[in-house]
Amino acid sequence: MTVATRILSGFDVAHRIDGSLSGAVVEATPEWAEVHAERLPEVARFLHDDPELDFHYLTSLTGVHRLDHFEVAYHLQSIAKNQLGVLKAKSWNVEEPQLPSVVPVWRGALLQEREAFDLLGIRFQGHPDLRRMFLWEGFPGHPLRKDWLGMPGDRMSGLQGFPGEPGFDNQGRG
Amino acid sequence: MQTEPLIVNIGPQHPSTHGVFRLKLSLDGERILDADMVVGYLHRSMEKLAEERSYTQNIPFTDRTDYLAAMTGNLAYCLAVEKLLGVEPPPRAQWLRVIMAELQRIASHAMAIGTFINDCGAWQTPLMYMFREREKILDLFEMACGARLTTNYMRIGGVSRDIPAEFMPRATALVKELPDRIREYEGMGLGNEIVVARARGIGVLTAEQAINSSVTGPMLRGSGVAWDIRKADPYAAYDKVQFDIPVGTAGDCYDRFLVRLEELRQSTRILEQALEALPEGPVNLDLPLAIRPPVGESYGRIESPRGELGFYIISDGGPSPYRFHIRAPSLINLTSLKEMSVGLTVADAIVVLGSVDIVVGELDR
Amino acid sequence: MEHLLAEWYDIRDLGNAVGHFLTWVDDRGGPSWLPYFVSGIIGVVAILLWAVLSQLGFVWIERRLIGRIQVRLGPNRVGPFGLLQPLADALKVLTKEMITPANVDRLLFWGAPAVVVMPALVVFAVLPFGEHMQLTDLSVGLLFVIAVGSVNSLIVFTAGWSSSNKYSLLGAMRTIAMLISYELIQVLALLAVAVYTNTMRMGGVVAWQDHYNVWLIFLQPLPVFAYALAGAVEINRTPTDIAEAESEIVAGYHTEYGGIRWGMFQVAEYIAGFAIAAIVATVYLGGWTLFGLEEWVPGWLIFLGKVYTYFFLFIWLRGTLPRLRIDQLMGFAWKYLLPLMLVNILVSGFEVLIWQEKDLSAGVVLPIFAIVNAGLTVAMMVGWARVMGHTGSIGEPRRAQLISDVGGVYYEPLPGGRA
Repeated sequence: MTVATRILSGFDVAHRIDGSLSGAVVEATPEWAEVHAERLPEVARFLHDDPELDFHYLTSLTGVHRLDHFEVAYHLQSIAKNQLGVLKAKSWNVEEPQLPSVVPVWRGALLQEREAFDLLGIRFQGHPDLRRMFLWEGFPGHPLRKDWLGMPGDRMSGLQGFPGEPGFDNQGRG
Repeated sequence: MQTEPLIVNIGPQHPSTHGVFRLKLSLDGERILDADMVVGYLHRSMEKLAEERSYTQNIPFTDRTDYLAAMTGNLAYCLAVEKLLGVEPPPRAQWLRVIMAELQRIASHAMAIGTFINDCGAWQTPLMYMFREREKILDLFEMACGARLTTNYMRIGGVSRDIPAEFMPRATALVKELPDRIREYEGMGLGNEIVVARARGIGVLTAEQAINSSVTGPMLRGSGVAWDIRKADPYAAYDKVQFDIPVGTAGDCYDRFLVRLEELRQSTRILEQALEALPEGPVNLDLPLAIRPPVGESYGRIESPRGELGFYIISDGGPSPYRFHIRAPSLINLTSLKEMSVGLTVADAIVVLGSVDIVVGELDR
Repeated sequence: MEHLLAEWYDIRDLGNAVGHFLTWVDDRGGPSWLPYFVSGIIGVVAILLWAVLSQLGFVWIERRLIGRIQVRLGPNRVGPFGLLQPLADALKVLTKEMITPANVDRLLFWGAPAVVVMPALVVFAVLPFGEHMQLTDLSVGLLFVIAVGSVNSLIVFTAGWSSSNKYSLLGAMRTIAMLISYELIQVLALLAVAVYTNTMRMGGVVAWQDHYNVWLIFLQPLPVFAYALAGAVEINRTPTDIAEAESEIVAGYHTEYGGIRWGMFQVAEYIAGFAIAAIVATVYLGGWTLFGLEEWVPGWLIFLGKVYTYFFLFIWLRGTLPRLRIDQLMGFAWKYLLPLMLVNILVSGFEVLIWQEKDLSAGVVLPIFAIVNAGLTVAMMVGWARVMGHTGSIGEPRRAQLISDVGGVYYEPLPGGRA
């Protein structure tokens, strides 16, 4: 029998959270479960202590800048049950995004939240030591944002086409 | 008598910080009161750069994050994108990936163990011995893909090219002589009273602390948790080879050193089986170089020599990734550096840093 | 000791040639202190030349030997087999820029490398290179050697302190801590020798070993080990080069020095190494005697052979062993070596008392003492280590445990284990 990590779908995670903390879940897709930003600390504590989900290990914490909101994706792992689930929390304040910190629950988030703050500007309330990590204090702006340095093409970075394809301009952007 | 602590910088230019890494120590005599790390000296904004390039153009970036384990970096990224696309490479490619990843693990661990004993003070003697094998492995890499360090070998859907005819005899000869060499390395470090005195009981991390601090790799296994992605979530033919996972008991630097030594042996075991079981066939799915994965996200992870290397990739259907995030084990393993160092002496802080085995390219990206 | 020839061309004892030359000088007339003055000059120049030439040679030997220990070639580019490498090193060191940081204590910063070679060289004044080849035979030679050796650490401390650099400060503090600990061990080790030989003159110690046809290393194994270690610690040599630990504090006390100033520290380290080797060779290994072989082989050749063999041991240790931590080293001196040395002096004194009072013949008594001392050394070292609770690497696992052996469940922390 091949052992493999069971990837829990967002529906399973959301269903489990709904069982105890009603109203916390915003949306569930096959890939992730999204919770309200204000309920994040109690959801995190629940997921950590829940005997069935047993998410006591935070594998990865990633900040993403969607154009109208910021979101943070938490990849949570249970070592004993060998299952993985994805949790997301969004902040709709595009100027100064804020989210509660999960450091009291998973200490591994300490440096990863600092990285998200440094590169994306998401402030984590309750973080014991929120300062910039890779860039120095006083660096203008947060570079990983899509509108940093004013990208042409309506705050979208990235290639718009491949070289040699029709409709491709010299800068690689549409 | 009024005293104040002495602030000493270890780094960024230092023979023992394994790269441009700065550790600000606050000392009382030789005892550490506080340890604060300052990183970012090698920050090259890879995550942002990758958003401007196509998926295949991002593969060389993954070489240069963890430059001491380039093959595994390539592999993790290709796994993540293949998950997005929903494709599986052909069997020969899977086995070749295993061979290259394990060779890379031996080379990287040789360097990690050698520099660890160097940090304990032995003037590079074990390092030179281990570099013998590392040189042979790097020659094999050069044979396979043309480069020793930044290999750029894996592609989305397989590997870039097949191995030449001289590869198999050389690799088989190397694998035959590795067990004796490993015994030699063990003789150099294991019974040595001074290494034991320097590393036993230093930098202790209990299993609960390790799990809570998201530690992975030999550090986690040194603390007693048997978690290895190759066993827990197998990828690329790892479920078809027999190998074992070493764990430590005390979670100190000496246990991590033991775990890495034993992983050398287990990698040799995997290589023996893989070199024998290598099937014939194509090495690539021949996907177009310009691919547009469907909208979605994926998290692909492997067990790199340093820990769990993961890539979180969000695709918006366009030619380049929308978000390219590297879950760097070196950075996250350092979460507990302060807890491990406070109360030790300066010399011990260097030994602890050596046992975490960081690569600053991966830490800063 | 009789010489077949006491002529000036008898190279077995270069003191003959010098003696004939001095008689010639004296016969020329002139002030009565002139022969003494000339002999002093000859001795000083000879020691200087020998020390510097040995150091140049040993730079090459050390680098090639450590290269061989590390499975690589040493220097092999400059000249055949890299033999001109020391010359290239010396030229490089001479021509490099000497940067002086802004807020150093100028007088001390410039003065420390200038005087650092002196204690090491002065030690050679009392060491007999051959029968009549000793610059001065002080009646307190043993004490002189230790006293001058300790000045070395003071100068190192001055260099570190005046550099206005935290790394150098750490290195300087460490060297003083080590000096204090191991000075006592050195004194006790040489005191045991003085108990046996009943004299502190270096020439007298060698004469005693020659008279009884025994080397003190056989009679005093523990002090040899202790003195060898203490000597290595004094001169900051691996495995105890903590004051200049490169992997921790980036060259320690000589971080801020460049060019010929750093070169002087390196020269001082080598010459001090020779000094320790020479002291061990004189006091414990019989000096320039070799059980009667000095009738045919020149005494100074024998002496130099012993010095170089012992220095080879230093090189071997440097290439092989990792470095100790400062508190481990000091704990070793105070808690382990000091009681053992005191017991050793007690035992030695007791043995000499028995020997002299009962007026026993040396041929019978000394082998018995040698065996008793050797057994006692082993028993004391092992026993005291056990009493102190040190098990070393005996109980340590030789392999990490594998999951399949332990039978643990995957993905869960293992029960038990060390706290």
